[in-house]
Amino acid sequence: MSENSPPHGAEPDEAALAGQERLSEQVVRTGMFGTQTTGDTSGYGGLQVRRGPPPFTPRPYGSYFDEVADALSTRLEADGGGFDEAVERVIVDRGELTLHVRREHLVAVARLLRDEPSLAFELCGGVSGVHYLGDVGRELHAVYHLVSITHNRRLRLEVSVPDADPHVPSVVSVYPTCNWHERETWDFFGIVFDGHPALTRIEMPDDWKGHPQRKDYPLGGIPVEYRGATVPPPDERRSYT
Amino acid sequence: MGVEEKLPSGILLTTVEKLAGYARKSSVWPATFGLACCAIELMQTGGARHDLARFGMERASNTPRQADLMIVAGRVSQKMAPVLRQIYDQMADPKWVISMGVCASSGGMFNNYAIVQGVDHVVPVDIYLPGCPPRPEMLLDAIVKLHDKIQNMKLGANREREVTELEQARLRRLPLTASLAAGQSHNPAGGPTMLGPPAVGSPAPAAGTGAAGE
Amino acid sequence: MTTQASGTGGPAADGTAEGTEGRVYNVAGGDWDEVVRALQDGADQEDTEHLVVNMGPQHPSTHGVLRLVLTLDGETVTELRPVVGYLHTGIEKSMEFRTWTQGVTFCTRADYLSPIFNETVYCLAVEKLLGVEAEVPERASILRVMMMELNRIASHMTAIGTFGLELGATTVFLYAARERERILDLFELITGLRMNHAYVRPGGVSQDLPRGALDAIREFLGRMPHQLADLRSLLDANPLFLARTKTVAYLDLTGCMALGVTGPLLRGTGLPWDLRKSQPYCGYETYDFEVPTQDTCDAYGRYLVRIDECDESLKIIEQASDRLAGPRPEHDPVMISDPKIGWPAKLALGGDGLGNSPDHIAHIMGQSMEALIHHFKLVTEGFRVPVGQVYTAVESPRGELGCHAVSDGGTRPYRAHLRDPSFTNLQAVSAMAEGGLIADVIPAVASIDPVMGGVDR
Repeated sequence: MSENSPPHGAEPDEAALAGQERLSEQVVRTGMFGTQTTGDTSGYGGLQVRRGPPPFTPRPYGSYFDEVADALSTRLEADGGGFDEAVERVIVDRGELTLHVRREHLVAVARLLRDEPSLAFELCGGVSGVHYLGDVGRELHAVYHLVSITHNRRLRLEVSVPDADPHVPSVVSVYPTCNWHERETWDFFGIVFDGHPALTRIEMPDDWKGHPQRKDYPLGGIPVEYRGATVPPPDERRSYT
Repeated sequence: MGVEEKLPSGILLTTVEKLAGYARKSSVWPATFGLACCAIELMQTGGARHDLARFGMERASNTPRQADLMIVAGRVSQKMAPVLRQIYDQMADPKWVISMGVCASSGGMFNNYAIVQGVDHVVPVDIYLPGCPPRPEMLLDAIVKLHDKIQNMKLGANREREVTELEQARLRRLPLTASLAAGQSHNPAGGPTMLGPPAVGSPAPAAGTGAAGE
Repeated sequence: MTTQASGTGGPAADGTAEGTEGRVYNVAGGDWDEVVRALQDGADQEDTEHLVVNMGPQHPSTHGVLRLVLTLDGETVTELRPVVGYLHTGIEKSMEFRTWTQGVTFCTRADYLSPIFNETVYCLAVEKLLGVEAEVPERASILRVMMMELNRIASHMTAIGTFGLELGATTVFLYAARERERILDLFELITGLRMNHAYVRPGGVSQDLPRGALDAIREFLGRMPHQLADLRSLLDANPLFLARTKTVAYLDLTGCMALGVTGPLLRGTGLPWDLRKSQPYCGYETYDFEVPTQDTCDAYGRYLVRIDECDESLKIIEQASDRLAGPRPEHDPVMISDPKIGWPAKLALGGDGLGNSPDHIAHIMGQSMEALIHHFKLVTEGFRVPVGQVYTAVESPRGELGCHAVSDGGTRPYRAHLRDPSFTNLQAVSAMAEGGLIADVIPAVASIDPVMGGVDR
């Protein structure tokens, strides 16, 4: 918050640097009790919670994650690419391994994961989307969950694409099960899967406009009248968070 | 329609009404429009314990052409609404609709973009049956009430008179609260709202009950 | 089974239109002569060998609001395109506007034949995000297991019942409905509702077993094997049933792997993949049961897998009820003891009717200010879940049911996605039914047992 003037003109100390970085992070939530106008005299209305730096986990990852990462890394290097080129970040959190893959390498990585005997992620649980509205440049995430029946393991692949260019290569050629899942993700988020045989709406009517599960799409409820009172729809009610 | 529509009102018509009502209510064939969870309760109602066969309704007419009653059981999504209307249109008169469950009656807990907030936006409903899902006994109760309604349905000239009387009664009905009266007088197009008709022909109630508190 | 020739696209004056497949006929009633005439007029222009038939969303045999567009060459199905989305409810988006606990009531209605599984997978995801998996009381886990297995039997009964109903055998449905009624009675006794119970909540279950529940379960366990045997004797060696289901809807292991199919379909190919055994949750590793498999890869094999699973579920329920009936330690809650997470009150009958239990009211109003504050905060705001994302999976009666939950640190799910097995398994219906007869489409769909609420969510 305040700039610690370093003694002897040396570099600013790490705490100040970290503080500056935090200040530049985007504000995720303001206020404490949901109400912004009247009623909050606590002073917590000025609270600002900022998004932290993007997480990553350093080696060793623990459990079977190291084996998976090593096997993938070996094959990727053998194919002439390299682990760091294909995988942006590795996160190990709550006992789960997440690989953030760059979209250009998604299909290659998926094919390796499926075909390499030491990896053998035969089953894909499908792809779903998440829309991080404030994460400029990386708003849309496509999340793939893979299961290895041979080794009894799980893995998550995550691809981030910007709103302005929401294209992700389709993995239908590797995991045909993603056919409908990619259609659903297109339907709800607007992520265009290049190479999908027939990317059309699946849940919404064919002529629907907009992608409903995006954060900037309204919930669409109507106010409900009951015995003289009107209850507003869920997205317009007072929030306590 | 049939010859009963052309009879002059009188003792002959009322006797025919009773007979026709009895015949119609005793052989209702549902076109089960089973959609979601309520459809499962509907199926259980057709099971052995709560027996729809007691009404002769276990023979569900899968084709709407031969069905009398459409039980809309479950949430109606925006994609399904045109199909619902088409099935309703394909049913032959006389036909009735029970909207089973809160999702069919009013959108239920799903107050969002995807669900039609009450099938009465799409088809005219005779009996609303709340519940999430309603117990089979509740469905049987709704069917019994529908049978009452069918039994007492008037025909021909009597029906026209009844409809006119009902319309006039709704138009003259006082609104539930003063605030609703005020809201309704802003509804120039008329048409029923959820809690009563617009006070088109009666501006007086708003002024009279205005002091009763907002 | 009825098929209707009706089409899409705007109609012309004589009711015909041009669709992507050629001429489309809208049959509205009383106009068959016009259709025949139009056919004769257009006979030279189009391929009259293939007929595109719509088994529309309202159909007795499509297992819910599923639309199948079939291209027929005589009786053979050359192409089958399923159309889903007729039951899309926006459950996942609705959950983003409710607290984590309220989300249970929404996700429970996704796959409406296995509500306990939906609730459990969501609550397991929330508990994993919170990091309190080890603090969920043991009794709650046993109750969850017991309710899940009861739900599995109920779901399989509906599956087998509607299988018979769709094949035209109404007796099967009546037998199955009778069994399901008994299970629904148990559900009503324990949770208060027959279906869509919001019983499993993050941190445990909502209430403990009421008086008489264990006796009712014992009675059920005593009767059910005979009833299952009755059902088996009706179907297992029934020549009509065998003729309709043996070698029908074939999907082997390669097909299942490629299409991501799990559940009885996968176990019908011979692979004993069951998440209760391979990646156990809720203490499943401590129960003694088998994973039934068949290796015929057809609809009959899947039926056998389902009815064998009912037997195994009975075993698990018996073990669970034995544990619940055993000696109880003094403090044996069914909800996590952390007051910032555990739902505070239970419903009970008081002097003025059903509501929060009078003991709890006395406690928060008279004895403990903290309890009052916790109750207030939990009910209005809900608990806060740390930032992160998890994926948990359970073995639902239809396959692997997964929940991908993303938290942004708040009191509402940022994103809660249910990976529904019916959605994935239904993709396989094209692979199963194309090339077969039209009458084999029905057992194919029925053997997948898709629940459209889960498919469309």
